[in-house]
Amino acid sequence: MKVEFNEQALLKGLAENDTKAIETIYKENFNMVQSFILSNNGSYDDARDIFQEAMIALYEKAKSESFVLTSKINTYVYSICRRLWLKRLQQMGRFVLQTDSFEETVQVEDDLEIHEKRNAEFAIMERALNSLGEPCKSLLEGYYIKKLDMQELAKIFGYTNADNAKNQKYKCLTRLKKLFFAQYNIGE
Amino acid sequence: MEDILLLQAIERYLDGTMLPAEKAYFEQLRKNTPEIDQMVVEHSMFLAQISAFADRQQFKQVLHHSHNKLMETGEINEGSAIHSKGKIVMLWNRYKKVTAIAASVAGAIAIITSAMFAYFSPAVNVSQLQQLSKDIEVIKHNQQLQGSLINEVKSKLPENARLISGGTGFLIDTKGYLITNAHVLRGSGAIVVNNKGQEFTASIVNIDPAVDLAILKINDKDYQPLKYLPYSIAKKSGELGEEIFTLGYPRNEIVYTQGYLSAKTGFDGDTLSTQIQMNSNPGNSGGPVLNKKGEVIGILSTRQTHADGITFAIKSRNIFSLVNHLNLVDSSKNNAKIKLPIKSYLANNNREEQVKKMEDCVFLVKAYNN
Repeated sequence: MKVEFNEQALLKGLAENDTKAIETIYKENFNMVQSFILSNNGSYDDARDIFQEAMIALYEKAKSESFVLTSKINTYVYSICRRLWLKRLQQMGRFVLQTDSFEETVQVEDDLEIHEKRNAEFAIMERALNSLGEPCKSLLEGYYIKKLDMQELAKIFGYTNADNAKNQKYKCLTRLKKLFFAQYNIGE
Repeated sequence: MEDILLLQAIERYLDGTMLPAEKAYFEQLRKNTPEIDQMVVEHSMFLAQISAFADRQQFKQVLHHSHNKLMETGEINEGSAIHSKGKIVMLWNRYKKVTAIAASVAGAIAIITSAMFAYFSPAVNVSQLQQLSKDIEVIKHNQQLQGSLINEVKSKLPENARLISGGTGFLIDTKGYLITNAHVLRGSGAIVVNNKGQEFTASIVNIDPAVDLAILKINDKDYQPLKYLPYSIAKKSGELGEEIFTLGYPRNEIVYTQGYLSAKTGFDGDTLSTQIQMNSNPGNSGGPVLNKKGEVIGILSTRQTHADGITFAIKSRNIFSLVNHLNLVDSSKNNAKIKLPIKSYLANNNREEQVKKMEDCVFLVKAYNN
């Protein structure tokens, strides 16, 4: 049952949403990050938070077309977590790291910048969705996020036919776009 | 209503469900109507955005599941078991008030005591100084890293050893005697690593916390003594404004830094040390400070925390007293006496050559506890 993944295969699996690859990367790196966070004034929740954020960054990097990882996965994950955590400590106004560890790190500033920009965009999308109200929000989430088809959605929401549901979906979409672009363009 | 029809058309156009004739017509329309063209671009961008958003949401779910699954299988864990937590919470709730009162009383006493202490004590304010050794919390990964540096040699750290600090050390005798700062050696043992990543076991021969110096001896059969040391240890401490440089291990790799001698005494007029202007980092502790003739005039030790580039070095003549003392004490035993290098072979070299010749003599020191 045990499959030997090498790093490239792991990253490929990650980009393809392969559960096995995700779990492997998860368990091979989580403890290291957790002990780093715990020994630098963090809690278990912080550790989980920061680690998952780094996993997302790695995932989105692995999916991008121009993807090249020039370091080992654990070095990369550690570097991201370290940066994120230092930043959070600074935001909390604590004095940080008089001492540093022997860990090897790589430059992740550029990647993090991209990641943060994405986070900001997704936050706009989330806010826009949340301010839509029901049933618009669930309808759009059903179609675009859960990827259900119009027939199913009509059934769930009780529309008499798929065409009506579709019409409604377009109305909602127009509103969502307005909300999204109103904020997105300010953000630019 | 028209908007919706248009949106519908755009979406069908983008996901490729239009019939060829319809598509051709639509493309013509796009070409002729900039507004529609703009809408198509905008919508395609929006769809990309929402699909990336969907992807992100799903991945978060997957991570959440993975976390819970791995917690259940015990492959990762978060602290103590839940029932014991319950007990602690209960106790906490019960004794909250008492604890709060006790804590505030203790706090008040602590503040008063420290205020009095600060008022009456003329001592050096230690917090203004930072020792330049490195503290280590996480070690597992580091050992892996060591493993990757030297594939053929296993790490010489004893099993279960925890690295607690690190710094720099340099040879003062080709037989394998190194000098470093006492504060670098906070653990129960030490290993040293040369600039090629090769590790050697070492023992602490003499340690003097008062001058913050220590002598290590490499006692490893893999260690091959160098023919000679290129630098010398100077008895005088140099002139103000003199250009100086150091080699050290603020990273796992050897790093060169330069500066100048800025005062003849150290922090708060300390006569054992000198002040130098140089950017130093944790890990530089114990590194040699050399003048341009290649004479060691000091051992880098601390820096002032709230000032930029103010670093202190212990004067090299302290090495002489430490070594003389050791030679006297040890003369009874069969230990070979330490002979400090007194002639520098670097005087006529340029800086690159000096550094190149010295690299082999400067080691990364790692202290551990087991």
